[in-house]
Amino acid sequence: MSGLSARVRVARDRFTLDVAVEVAAGEVVAVLGPNGSGKSTLLGVLAGLLLPDQGRVAVDGRVLTDTATGVRLPPARRGVGLLAQDALLFPHLTALANVAFGPRAAGVRRGRADEVARHRLAEVGAAEFADRKPAALSGGQAQRVALARALAAEPGLLLLDEPFAALDVDATPVLRGVVRRVLAATGRTALLVTHDPLDALALADRVLVLADGRVVEDGPTRAVLSRPRTAFTARVAGLNLVSGTGDPAGLRTPDGTLVAAAAGPPGDPAVAVFRPADVAVYTSPAQGSPRNVFAAVVAALEPHGDTVRVRAAATPGGPAWVTGLAADLTPAAVADLALEPGTPVHLSVKAAAVAVHPAGTAAAG
Amino acid sequence: MSTRDRRVRTGLPVLLWVPAAVALALVVLPVIGLVARSDLSSLPARISSPGAVAALGLSLRTAALSTVLCLLLGGPLAVVLARSRVPGVRVLRAVVLLPLVLPPVVGGLALLYLLGRGGLLGSHLPGIRIPYTTAAVVIAQVFVAMPFLVVGLEGALRTAGERYEAVATTLGARPWTVFRRVTVPLVLPALGSGLVLSFARALGEFGATITFAGSLEGVTRTLPLQVYLLAETDVDGAVALSLLLVVVAVAVIAVARPRALRGQR
Amino acid sequence: MRKLAVVAAAALALAGCGTGSDPGGRALTVFAAASLTESFTALADRFEADHPGVDVRLNFAGSSALAQQLANDASADVFASADTANMEKVEALLAAPAVVFATNKLTIVTPPGNPAKITGLADLGREGVTAVVCAPQVPCGAAAEKAADTAGVTLRPASEEQDVKAVLTKVRAGEADAGLVYVSDAEAAGDGVTAVGFPEADKAVNDYPIAVLKSAPQADLAREFVDLVRGPAGRARLAEAGFGAP
Repeated sequence: MSGLSARVRVARDRFTLDVAVEVAAGEVVAVLGPNGSGKSTLLGVLAGLLLPDQGRVAVDGRVLTDTATGVRLPPARRGVGLLAQDALLFPHLTALANVAFGPRAAGVRRGRADEVARHRLAEVGAAEFADRKPAALSGGQAQRVALARALAAEPGLLLLDEPFAALDVDATPVLRGVVRRVLAATGRTALLVTHDPLDALALADRVLVLADGRVVEDGPTRAVLSRPRTAFTARVAGLNLVSGTGDPAGLRTPDGTLVAAAAGPPGDPAVAVFRPADVAVYTSPAQGSPRNVFAAVVAALEPHGDTVRVRAAATPGGPAWVTGLAADLTPAAVADLALEPGTPVHLSVKAAAVAVHPAGTAAAG
Repeated sequence: MSTRDRRVRTGLPVLLWVPAAVALALVVLPVIGLVARSDLSSLPARISSPGAVAALGLSLRTAALSTVLCLLLGGPLAVVLARSRVPGVRVLRAVVLLPLVLPPVVGGLALLYLLGRGGLLGSHLPGIRIPYTTAAVVIAQVFVAMPFLVVGLEGALRTAGERYEAVATTLGARPWTVFRRVTVPLVLPALGSGLVLSFARALGEFGATITFAGSLEGVTRTLPLQVYLLAETDVDGAVALSLLLVVVAVAVIAVARPRALRGQR
Repeated sequence: MRKLAVVAAAALALAGCGTGSDPGGRALTVFAAASLTESFTALADRFEADHPGVDVRLNFAGSSALAQQLANDASADVFASADTANMEKVEALLAAPAVVFATNKLTIVTPPGNPAKITGLADLGREGVTAVVCAPQVPCGAAAEKAADTAGVTLRPASEEQDVKAVLTKVRAGEADAGLVYVSDAEAAGDGVTAVGFPEADKAVNDYPIAVLKSAPQADLAREFVDLVRGPAGRARLAEAGFGAP
């Protein structure tokens, strides 16, 4: 059995991490989840830095950890590489020596190791930095070298822990491209932990969503993110989500309000999903065709690049579940409407823009 | 072409210069007094007398050897203290400081009662005499100088943390490789300073040496012992040798410190 | 503010009591060679008993160190040296020429029971014997050298110590087979060492001079102290300690 096969159970202070993860050889899986959901714990167990209460980790058929038989290989013998937020390049070695570190630790002769290192650096587009020390590299350049270094050690599994979180906005898309290209070219099995849905979309074949130590969503990236079944996933994907019960006319929320949309699975728990860009904001009751108009009050205004994301909160007389919904407006529109926290508004979204699909198995709130 | 630092400094309280100047004076003025008191014309003759030459050679040889021993023994100790998770490590850390607080003569006596003929260990080593030998000088110097190396190095190791070592293990490096290629290079600057301090302390060591190793020209009479002896009858000679000692110490520090400092970014 | 005044008054009062002597009492400062410790301490007690209100302050150290202190304007009334060489160093500071009040000769000391069977000076030059002596630069070392020359013996010490006490320490600890110290030191060490006399000791006798200093703050008391030391009481005490007559 190739790739990663892990079953891990670790009791922590506030929750118990209990997951089963399968990653096929050459596949890239992204793990999303709010802070405290167990992502770092999972990575720690896979890397061999933490021992699970119960569990088994195997990569390419090799058992790395098994509480049943007492196997626990130390990090040096696991063949699990790590690329973290902080490149952690050895400050006293050049980029080339950094990348050659893995091969040389495996006993490869210096000349051959340097060759391998140069090849890897070229792969990530960092060949010209070979003789520079880490202090002379930018964040993006350092992460490239760190990626080359991790790959040069020929890991059976590569773990990426929010690898672009410390980079500035311009460097991130470039790095994402590099990582995607290299992972694909080398056919590496990889597990990526991230907050950024763009990372998942760019790099991962599949996405797992962790909440309170359990996997609540698992599926192809595009599918999970465009049809989120939990509030967190929706938030990560930048979408609005309302949960309730399926109805021929759309979705019926717990308090009885109907959210008009295409037909939902009748009687079954379902979620209605729509984009903030499709939500219109009125200060007086709307005119026109939209059938979905809900009363709310402005809770916050968040600048998002060229748009302003208006966050709503419930208002007496309106539905409670509008809290947390977002509407994207231009700054001009916000100014015209004189919106500020506390302003009573009406949110409106066309039925055609709302998708309803079955809810996730875990609590969708 | 260097760029002058044009940043406006937030300012050192001017008042600090007063005690700082007093401190500097306390260190520098006695040495100046020594120079002023000495008869510079007779200096060359005094420092090239057989006793002086023997003492200088002995001092340099023993201090160098002691420093190497401090490194070979104290270095691993520092790593163990900084990285080991064995319970009781904190007590060990305090114990290592003992030679720093013991008066050197007391240290010498302790060594005598341990390694002398009738000593705890010495009595089990028939035929091997340790006191009165050059080896005893080295032992005394290592005893007093090693804490300087251990404390400095251990502090640096603890500050540096273990992140780089953790990365190295995920790259497949075994513990000895990690130590050799990651841990050691990263603490070299601190190591450099520690070695310089140890050397200086070993060079100036007096009380433990005279009590444990004794005082015999060419064998155990290091430069500080020679100075003390000369002070009995030939104060000018003692002053001349003291200046020699100061010059040697300053030379070593001047050569070694800048390199150690440059390593620290 | 009042608290400050109270504290200041207390501090002044305490400063006045600093010396511990009665107000109106007199202090006599005596610089004496370390080998005179036991005898001069006893004589000082007697002097204080004979002169109520007088506090004798004794400063014991190597004669050379004492001479240096005096040369650097230390204030003292009486100086008793372990050899004439050091007294000569401060000749210019004396009120009147120094007078020899005692002599000291060397003896060999060994750990109790004389385990290495030392019988004479020649043994200290023997292969396999760990001997410890004073360095030639100090009075007892100079005497040792003289005695060895007279005996035609080449000493082979393992160490040349800075002072007699250091030699004694090593012998008492059993870390030396033999040492050369003064008879007075051997007496003071009592059962801690075994003394072995040797004939050549008589050829290398140290004269102990004593003198009143020109700048003595208590010149009269100083002269009386010197008289005590040179008188019958002094001589008896010194003889007890192992010193010879002048």
